[in-house]
Amino acid sequence: MSTDTVTNAESTPDVEQPWADLGLKPDEYQRIRDILGRRPTSCELAMYSVMWSEHCSYKSSKVHLRRFGEIPQETPAGKMLAGIGENAGVIDIGEGYAVTFKVESHNHPSYVEPYQGAATGVGGIVRDILAMGARPVAVMDPLRFGPLDAPDTKRVLPGIVSGVGGYGNSLGLPNIGGEVVFDPTYLGNPLVNALCVGVMRHEDLHLANATGLGNQIILYGAKTGGDGIGGVSVLASETFAEGGPTKRPAVQVGDPFMEKLLIECTLELFQAEVVEGIQDLGGAGLSCATSELASAGDGGMHVSLDKVPLRDASLAPEEILMSESQERMMAVVTPDNVEAFLKICAKWDVQADVIGEVTDTGKLEIDWHGERVVDVPPRSVAHDGPVYNRPFERPSWQDELQADGAEKLPRAKTAEELRDTLLRLVASPNLCDKSWVTDQYDRYVLGNSVLAQPEDSGMIRVDETSGLGVAVSTDCNGRFAKLDPYTGAKLALAESFRNVATTGARPVAVTDCLNFGSPEDPAVMWQFTEAIRGLVDGCKELGMPVTGGNVSFYNQTGETPILPTPVVGVLGVIDDVTRRTPIGFTTAMEGHQLYLLGETAEELSGSEWAHVVHGHLGGRPPAVDLAAEQQLADILINASRDGLIDAAHDVSDGGVAQTLVESALRGGVGARVWAPDGLDPFLFLFAESAGRAVVAVPRTEEVRFTDMCTARRFPHTRIGVITGDTLDLQDQFELPLTELREAWTATLPNALN
Amino acid sequence: MKIGVVTFPGSLDDADARRAAAVAGAEAVALWHGDADLLGVDAVVLPGGFSYGDYLRAGAISRFAPVMETIIKKAGEGLPVLGICNGFQVLCESHLLPGALIKNHHRKFVCKDQRLRIENNTTAWTSDYDANHEITIVLKNQDGSFVADEATLDRLEGEGRVVARYLGNPNGSYRDIAGISNERGNVVGLMPHPEHAVENLTGPTTDGLGFFTSVLKAVVAS
Repeated sequence: MSTDTVTNAESTPDVEQPWADLGLKPDEYQRIRDILGRRPTSCELAMYSVMWSEHCSYKSSKVHLRRFGEIPQETPAGKMLAGIGENAGVIDIGEGYAVTFKVESHNHPSYVEPYQGAATGVGGIVRDILAMGARPVAVMDPLRFGPLDAPDTKRVLPGIVSGVGGYGNSLGLPNIGGEVVFDPTYLGNPLVNALCVGVMRHEDLHLANATGLGNQIILYGAKTGGDGIGGVSVLASETFAEGGPTKRPAVQVGDPFMEKLLIECTLELFQAEVVEGIQDLGGAGLSCATSELASAGDGGMHVSLDKVPLRDASLAPEEILMSESQERMMAVVTPDNVEAFLKICAKWDVQADVIGEVTDTGKLEIDWHGERVVDVPPRSVAHDGPVYNRPFERPSWQDELQADGAEKLPRAKTAEELRDTLLRLVASPNLCDKSWVTDQYDRYVLGNSVLAQPEDSGMIRVDETSGLGVAVSTDCNGRFAKLDPYTGAKLALAESFRNVATTGARPVAVTDCLNFGSPEDPAVMWQFTEAIRGLVDGCKELGMPVTGGNVSFYNQTGETPILPTPVVGVLGVIDDVTRRTPIGFTTAMEGHQLYLLGETAEELSGSEWAHVVHGHLGGRPPAVDLAAEQQLADILINASRDGLIDAAHDVSDGGVAQTLVESALRGGVGARVWAPDGLDPFLFLFAESAGRAVVAVPRTEEVRFTDMCTARRFPHTRIGVITGDTLDLQDQFELPLTELREAWTATLPNALN
Repeated sequence: MKIGVVTFPGSLDDADARRAAAVAGAEAVALWHGDADLLGVDAVVLPGGFSYGDYLRAGAISRFAPVMETIIKKAGEGLPVLGICNGFQVLCESHLLPGALIKNHHRKFVCKDQRLRIENNTTAWTSDYDANHEITIVLKNQDGSFVADEATLDRLEGEGRVVARYLGNPNGSYRDIAGISNERGNVVGLMPHPEHAVENLTGPTTDGLGFFTSVLKAVVAS
């Protein structure tokens, strides 16, 4: 097969090109022709097709994501050192340290090939963090599946969990949290989101740009193979069609051992100060790295594609440009540092090759064995992709859905009914013990995990001397977002914010992974715009910027989209991790008073109770009051600092009942509790009102604690005392912890072993 | 008093082992797999991880590293060596210890707080524990199931070389064996991770510290 050179393209304008098979629309193909003033070569077509895919170009979401720019870019901890648009946002956390964190999706690959899809999802986000100059220090994985008893869940869940663990464990990164959620809409479209946190010194910050005429472009890491070709275009940016061809070859295959070497090698390269600019290779592979580096630089770039080391010598240049082979990085290096750079790579047994250089042409030029196959303005590939103002419209069924509240459904009344409901909820897939999943993740490696699942947030010690640390939580209740995407997104933000604060850390920044159905459906697009509006308003009110994230569209099977799932990750800073607040009730806390902070309303729509007991989804989600959330956070943080509380646990899915059960089983000690005056025991146990937490207060600190709440006029109600080996709801029922534990822990092993 | 910790390509718990050595009061020294020089250390830890990605077999490639030649030689002369998890696998592949570690019987990676009983408190790495001391430290591995033929197992038992036993077998190890030693007691292989139980802040307990304080005493005594 002869090479389709630029010269050839100029002389054969009418050649039929497979733009449609590559996922391009007719007007997009025409636009490429207009930009170039000729037909693209097959290599150029390959590059544009992957870079203009939904996944890389954000063409349907761009106009809406711009709104995140309205949020002030200052965090409560300090300034942002890098923001949206870089590989990941970077936040100054004090003492000379900076933290970077980001969440991304790897949904479609994980459905097609669960193990590798999930594994390479972890690998991709870790390289994003590494590319900023940071040492990755922890990962988290929010996962969503179809019903636990569905046969396909038994196919995808074990593979995905094993892939997350297999890759992350081999990298030596503790997995400190995440979510495992089940809902029928995720059947055929599981969500695999991966979050990574990295730490660096301020001076270590690196950015992705290719500047400096004559600087060398070095590709290092794994060799390029035929895996992942079209991953972002044909896989991540389309809906799966029934009966279509298998898309397995579009999934990448990971080698965590190579990635571990890449991490250590890259950190040593930074240390040696031999890197001018750096970019990881993820979605769209070399097409993305070359065009983005060149586009962000001040000149142009020339690359000899035949110098790229190959795993499969038969690969065509188009395939090399599109390959999403994992564990590769691209660096810009001054000529006098090349030798030192290659020496460090050799120390770590990492292959490194000079494949090009920075030019002053303003163009991205790529040759294949001396023939020019790409000659494009880099910006047109990386940033000037199509932008769609997709139509959006509040769906006609939304009113009907909101009118159908769960508050009218029959509730448990007698003591026995309440007891049975609690046991049934505790054992339900969304509320049960998740250690079948999380025990497959290493949470200890690196020796700085202060808190990990099932705590409210994961917490990592950053400095061993001062105790400075960070906490991260990810949350989203997709049912709330379905009932009202604006409020649902705010509730996800509020829950994540609260989870960070309950551990004693000050929430400072947000990353989000916006998982939605097809943007070509106006109803989905409306959900998306509403969720963004909710996040923007919420972040403004809480004073936290969105530092980065990811959009995943086309999460639907046929006509059924997933629940709108804007997963929100909140990062918090704690000046001394030794004062962290855990969730468990321990022997040392016997006799501590339990207080419920916040107000409980008759809010049952979208709750776990409605889902599990009635299979019902309708009504309006709980009200969200971010000013109250802020007050609650202040109380939790101050109480932690002043030693007024020894345990705290947020109230969310499953209500106060679930909060108490989790705290009791975590620490092994029970509680005697009562419903506050005037509150119906059922609502006390199962309502899912936001802005609440249960705290354990030592008797000696009770007055100081209640004085603080009173001074802030924040609702606080004594609901019980930590004691014994049962959960005793006075005048109602008493459940032995052994029985609760049995119900709570049996569900996943029974379904999956 | 220096404890050296080897870093192989793919070692993961090397920094943790160095931290544990420092917490115990030793000077922690980083050793590089490609360098046969042990830099004058008094004891060596082969840390956990997935050296060489566990490709071929766990520990099978690492045992050919230049640093291992020196370690194998010096172990024969009495140098205290502790192989943790992947390090235990390397010691078995190096034939410094008998038996092998195969995939967990449930075929999954497992990370949990594990109860153990110290069966032999006379080795270089366990003298600070009481006889039959029960401890809880971190277990995390994929290939943690200890196997050996019956004769070898009988010999290990007979010679008191079973150093630690699981209370509640988590991975199918024969006779609940979590750790063993060589005849002289200076080389110990342990599947669970004592280096992750040296601080209350980050570990389940501080029960793992004894391995590191034991070797300090053993070195001073010799």
